[in-house]
Amino acid sequence: MITAGIDMGSRSVKVVLLEELKVDGAPALKYGVKKVHIMMPGDLDQDVAADKAYDDALTAAGLKRGDIKAVFATGAGRKQVGFATEGITEMTAGAKGAVFMYPQARTVVDVGAEEGRGMKTDAEGRAIDFAGNEKCAAGAGSFAEAMSRALQMTLKEFGDASLKSDKTIPMNAQCTVFAESEVVSLIHASTPKNDIAKAVLDAVASRVCAMVRRVGIEGEVVLIGGMVHNAGFVQSLKASMGVDTISLPDMPEYISALGCALIAAERQH
Amino acid sequence: MIANYGYKDGSGEYYISIDTDKCIGCLAERACLAACPKQMFEIITDDYDDEVAWIKKPNCRTLAYDCSECKPAGGYSSLPCITACTPGAIKHSW
Repeated sequence: MITAGIDMGSRSVKVVLLEELKVDGAPALKYGVKKVHIMMPGDLDQDVAADKAYDDALTAAGLKRGDIKAVFATGAGRKQVGFATEGITEMTAGAKGAVFMYPQARTVVDVGAEEGRGMKTDAEGRAIDFAGNEKCAAGAGSFAEAMSRALQMTLKEFGDASLKSDKTIPMNAQCTVFAESEVVSLIHASTPKNDIAKAVLDAVASRVCAMVRRVGIEGEVVLIGGMVHNAGFVQSLKASMGVDTISLPDMPEYISALGCALIAAERQH
Repeated sequence: MIANYGYKDGSGEYYISIDTDKCIGCLAERACLAACPKQMFEIITDDYDDEVAWIKKPNCRTLAYDCSECKPAGGYSSLPCITACTPGAIKHSW
């Protein structure tokens, strides 16, 4: 049986095709990821982008729509995935995917383009406590991206630059718009780019950390979402949360789509 | 599950927490729906197929303002939503 999970994020569409594997003698069902696919919608409408991303993933896997038993969608734009059998919140999908990858995970931090959130989960990957920030983008990836543009750096350079700084420059503004003006002031004050990069990522990390602290930090901490690729942010988050280790999946942007596909598979039994 | 709806900004942390374990099979006959003067509560079916209350999306971004008339300055000694929710599922962070 093959199921699909689609994470319709604000910047990209992620598709995971999951196959249930029959393993003789195994105590529980096994799953294997058959194909993953990511697409930037660009100017496409969300519903068209979802269709295209799904069809591209199926083509790459050599499958047809009829081969898929169930399609579950998550993410900010999940309601635009018209062909989805069911919609799942980002919290439920993220927790499920993270615990599948890291069975000991009990705290899941999800930082994507537009929103960050913290979840506490049980051993089955069921979200038992969650907090997000419905209002502000200063605790998310698009803020870091905008600031990297202001410093004329790529996101990768931005993250790496932050690692070269050991200065702590507090950014007091809680709002992206005001924080940007603080960055402009730092540039005018000839503050080294490395220090500004660290100040920005420290600020994002502290906002994310405030949400995670609402649900409490316990057990293994897993970070999912696109911001995992930013090494500077990971470092800042570790310092902010006061933990030595944060588990980082290899393909962090697909974890919510994976969770979605897993829930779809479980509900077919 | 404890579901926290709201946000943190420069002026403080504004979250309404709903303990869904207490909310499922409500013993107060969903009194929160009528108690809130802003009608912020809504009953939804969550990801685990349970009927629970949540805060309507637009209100999640404006809780500090939406709830202000029920806070002590508005003349209330206790919050209508918390008083109405006899199972004790609703909490305010501020």
